[in-house]
Amino acid sequence: MDSAISEVLPASRTPLSQTADNGLKIVIVGGFGVGKTTMVRSVSDIRPLNTEETMTQAGQHLDDLRAVPYKSSTTVAFDFGRISLDTHTVLYLFGAPGQERFWFLWDRLFTGTLGAIVLVDDRRLADSWYAIDRLEHHRTPFIVARNDFGGKPHSLTEVRDALDLEPQVPLIDCDVRSRASSKQVLIALVEHLQNLMTARENTV
Amino acid sequence: MSLAGRDDDPDRLYTLTGGRSRPSRDCFDLVTLVVGEAEPAQGMQSEHAAILRMTRRPVAVVEIAADLRLPVSIAKILLSDMLDAGWISVRHPQSALGVAQLPDHTTLEKVLVGLRDL
Repeated sequence: MDSAISEVLPASRTPLSQTADNGLKIVIVGGFGVGKTTMVRSVSDIRPLNTEETMTQAGQHLDDLRAVPYKSSTTVAFDFGRISLDTHTVLYLFGAPGQERFWFLWDRLFTGTLGAIVLVDDRRLADSWYAIDRLEHHRTPFIVARNDFGGKPHSLTEVRDALDLEPQVPLIDCDVRSRASSKQVLIALVEHLQNLMTARENTV
Repeated sequence: MSLAGRDDDPDRLYTLTGGRSRPSRDCFDLVTLVVGEAEPAQGMQSEHAAILRMTRRPVAVVEIAADLRLPVSIAKILLSDMLDAGWISVRHPQSALGVAQLPDHTTLEKVLVGLRDL
């Protein structure tokens, strides 16, 4: 064990505004090594932090109890960062592993999220199938961002086909090492949310 | 003195929360902002005192869990007790949404403006 209490305190971390009162969430989902934490780091006001959620089966709402042996507990770690958007609004970015075995936790952890970014690696698109399926199932708005790993990429049309994306789901290229590029991905998600809202209002 | 941590065995975390696995109230989101309303005092559980020191400015639940190196569920139990005792106040997300819902236009516009200014 490290950490006397004084060392635990985030002395070096930029504090939030005293008036901060509205926390928002965006989730970045993707397979191992796809660049989730790098993206968080690129845009976050603070160095990414890591924490974990433990979930026991008892009393929780799970889609599929068969996946969890009785009274077992499962632990999943995730990274996060934050961006102070104004003196009241703070946007938290969560990097979430997309593996199937973690999804029952995300259902609970990320309820109320604005939307999700599915970060994909051109060479390992199949890693994203489950996450996309799950987001669609939960009707969580999302966009897909292909991280640039060099090499000769597929066309975006090929990627869209491979992921079987609905035509209205935005698919964009990015380089998560770049702050500007990561910022553009976040903006693309929020613009997508606005379009969805406008479309919904027009159909009501 | 060291804090209980998430590397500890489950028995110690169990002791830390008096054996409970769920908070007395289920009102804490990951991004609920917590503000200390009391000074750390002698005799307080060390984690409570630590939370009060870190919440002199607003801090999200998930940051508190990370700083204490505790699972979020355990941090929520501690915070729930502190809320009951009047030691903290909480600022809930204003756009608490269901998974299938969308936020309001004003919120989205704020987010866009903030992101473009980054």
